[in-house]
Amino acid sequence: MLAYIDKIRQVAEKILKEGKVDMVVGFRKGTVPMMNEPCFIKHPEDVKRLIWDSNCGINLANYLTNRKEKIGVIAKGCDSRNIVTHIIENKIKREQLLIIGVPCKGMIDRHQIEALFEAEIKDVEENNGNIIVTGDSIQKIWNKHDVLQKNCAICIHRNPVVYDELVADPVDEQTDVDRYKDVRRIESMSSEKKSQYFDDLLSECIRCYACRNVCPLCYCATCFVDASDPQWVGKSQDPTDIRTFHFLRAFHCTGRCTDCGSCERVCPMEIKVRVLTKKLEKDCLELFNWEAGIDLEKRPPLNTYNPGDPDELFR
Amino acid sequence: MKVVKIDKKVWADGLERLQASNRLIGPVKDDHFYSFKVLDRGEILDLTMSNTRLSPKSIVYPQSEVMFEYSLDEGRKDCHLMKEAQTDYSSRVVVGIRPCDAKAFLLVQRNFDTPEYKDPYWIRSYESTTFVGMACNNPCSTCFCSSAGSGPFHEEGLDILLVDAGDYYWAKIVTSKGERILKDSGCMKETGAEAADREIESLKEKAEAGIIARIRTERLKEKTTTDLFDAPFWEDFAFACINCGTCTYVCPTCWCFDIQDEVRGTSGVRMRNWDSCMYPLFTHHGSGHNPRDTKTQRLRQRFMHKLKYYVDKYSDGIQCVGCGRCISLCPVNIDIRKVCEAMNGFEPDQKSV
Amino acid sequence: MDNPYLPYPVRIDEIITETEDKNLKTFKLVFLNESDEEKFMFQAGQFAELSIAGKGEIPIGIASSPTEKGFLKFTVNKVGLVTTHLHNMNVGDIMGVRGPLGNYYPWDRMEGKNVVIIGGGFAFTTLRSSIVYMLDPSNRSKFKDIHVIYGARTQGMLLYKDELTAWEKRDDIHMHITVDDTDDPEWKYNIGFVPTITDQKAPEGDVDTYAIVCGPPIMIKFTQPVLDKLKYAYENIIMSLEMRMKCGIGICGRCNIGTEYVCKDGPVFTLDQLNRMPKEY
Repeated sequence: MLAYIDKIRQVAEKILKEGKVDMVVGFRKGTVPMMNEPCFIKHPEDVKRLIWDSNCGINLANYLTNRKEKIGVIAKGCDSRNIVTHIIENKIKREQLLIIGVPCKGMIDRHQIEALFEAEIKDVEENNGNIIVTGDSIQKIWNKHDVLQKNCAICIHRNPVVYDELVADPVDEQTDVDRYKDVRRIESMSSEKKSQYFDDLLSECIRCYACRNVCPLCYCATCFVDASDPQWVGKSQDPTDIRTFHFLRAFHCTGRCTDCGSCERVCPMEIKVRVLTKKLEKDCLELFNWEAGIDLEKRPPLNTYNPGDPDELFR
Repeated sequence: MKVVKIDKKVWADGLERLQASNRLIGPVKDDHFYSFKVLDRGEILDLTMSNTRLSPKSIVYPQSEVMFEYSLDEGRKDCHLMKEAQTDYSSRVVVGIRPCDAKAFLLVQRNFDTPEYKDPYWIRSYESTTFVGMACNNPCSTCFCSSAGSGPFHEEGLDILLVDAGDYYWAKIVTSKGERILKDSGCMKETGAEAADREIESLKEKAEAGIIARIRTERLKEKTTTDLFDAPFWEDFAFACINCGTCTYVCPTCWCFDIQDEVRGTSGVRMRNWDSCMYPLFTHHGSGHNPRDTKTQRLRQRFMHKLKYYVDKYSDGIQCVGCGRCISLCPVNIDIRKVCEAMNGFEPDQKSV
Repeated sequence: MDNPYLPYPVRIDEIITETEDKNLKTFKLVFLNESDEEKFMFQAGQFAELSIAGKGEIPIGIASSPTEKGFLKFTVNKVGLVTTHLHNMNVGDIMGVRGPLGNYYPWDRMEGKNVVIIGGGFAFTTLRSSIVYMLDPSNRSKFKDIHVIYGARTQGMLLYKDELTAWEKRDDIHMHITVDDTDDPEWKYNIGFVPTITDQKAPEGDVDTYAIVCGPPIMIKFTQPVLDKLKYAYENIIMSLEMRMKCGIGICGRCNIGTEYVCKDGPVFTLDQLNRMPKEY
């Protein structure tokens, strides 16, 4: 996967030189281990700043909404599905985009590695499917497969579903993953246990809204938590208000979420917010046979009317 | 300045004695990270941390704080009249705060305690708290305190500075408030003198040498505000920003808040909650006009406030203590060190980044 | 320690609808405790936070003059949550006032000088305070010539119409009332935008003449070139900024521009000061 970067830079340079795009959106190297910074470049000579490795977990589709330029964007499987959703929802036009598709074998889980390493991490290197983590006087090596982000470990859409250029041969899609094991575990809890589980899950939330802001789906001009007239949600640390925010946001993402994992990745308190969206993703699959962002021609079930709706209420 | 030696074997007893007349607050580890909590009798505080994830500013300045209570029951004589909320300001001791976070309180105090207006909530909360700091023997790679007006053994804002010397702590008494707390704990027994100073100095030198991250701020004051404001690098820095509140909420020197009324039935409160200049609605006028409606403008405001406006207003350095939390927690790795370098080195005839 | 967030309780004594679209009302407020009124000594140009328990607070310029005793007047535009609730309140209702807040027009510097007031729309409130203050017998002799250029979109949108008419009749103040346009044959005054009337009627700027300018951004944008043409020095042009505020006492950080807090170091700034601040207003 590291070898992709040459091809990515090549493509980026070409489309900038040929004036096919006004800017290319990608990543540049971060200043701390396991972090990369989303960036834009406008000049062909700057393509050498672009980087691609297993720390590119932020969904770049987030930076496309409402833009007017022609944009080259680097997109892995989940990113490309969010681009499909953006196009269906009129947040950007297909003609504006030149999608540089990247087949993906997963991003590593920064939080998991930090917890496992137990000392300050000074450097992280990727080599041959191994993640080599170095501290002051220790070094640990993990197989990348064992430290993947949780969503990457169960991903079944690793190849971009829409692209203009593919930087490498498609990778095999995973077929023997249990996508909803965690959801079923919670589903099987008793009501009291479930209630306690969600209380604990959200107890550390500081309402920074990093999860919402990094999500490509959350592009409302005024989010429901910020509305003041009428005010739907209080703004304090009241647990009911915090729960309202998280639950309602998950519902707003239903049928649109691609499980890109950005929300969990960015939470400063390491809250497992995907628990909520994953459950709703499972429901969409079971009730409507629906997966988000696969088909440019189909609208998500929650904003489509169909006379053959299985639910009598909607017929 | 007096220094007291506290054997680690008597440390827990000392803390328990403190709890007889003070509420004790110290770092406790949750699943993934440390945070400051009020400790029950006998509960152990964990001083093996490098630092807490959130800054200890919430000890003095909670994220949500009720300011007033009132009734909207028209049948009552005091209907619509605001009454100050009753809060417990009895003595508290914070043990284990890092020097950078303690210095941060002094920077924030300038805002809440002014000659013209005094914020009674913040001031009473701060003054009823004694800060027992823990010097950093092993700074992190994201700590740049020594070039941000603080340092691993810095004493400003602390009442006592503890230095971990292996089997014992040296406790440097910085203020009379600190001395009283030490007396309360009964740990005034041994006094080191020259031996203490030498050992502390040597640990301090080693710690300071361990700080590898540095920023340069010496030319910030001389820059013209409007030149920096119009600099071409803001768009590049701001692109990745997702305008969440993470940097402002974890930062010990950020203080902006919102005031809201919340009502349930016929009783209500006026409360304040942390707010962030990163949010689009922060400067949104009732008329619909918003002077900072792009994220570039908001990002620029944050860094200009911390690294330029504060410098100009108080002529005493930047509004940052180098704790490094924003660097390690920013979801998209926007790094204040890079921004500071760009601002400090900016020349107005620069064309591009 | 005084609590600067605690409002003084007041009672609504009178409500007047000022404009034809009913979006602007003037509220006359009376302190419940007389001693609070003494603590509330203010100068023209300052503002106060009007507080409604259960709804919130709004920063509004004080429309009454310090020479008017026994009450405070505020003219409020209905734009959002708190203002809508306020507009639906009745005489006799209880609310709160915090203040006086902010700085004021530089009355010391303007003593012995000519004062030209240029206002548009409903930004005229603190300008009313200023005019009543200057025209008070105890103050009038402190100032030389007073000109007032005030305009609104239509006649029905002008504030304080009765007072405007009364001032027009006086010989110690030059009133230049204008509307953007009207087809009323009875209209005795000017027709034209405020910048245009300023160009026609305002005196030349010199070291003895100050201009106080208050209005919507569009009016200010087009009035500035006129003042340049008339040679008003930037330190002699006084402006009052609008900004989103909450605490009003320079603590919550919301109204920060550059090193200033608009609520505490402003809202009154000279144009000279504004030009040295980042243009974020």
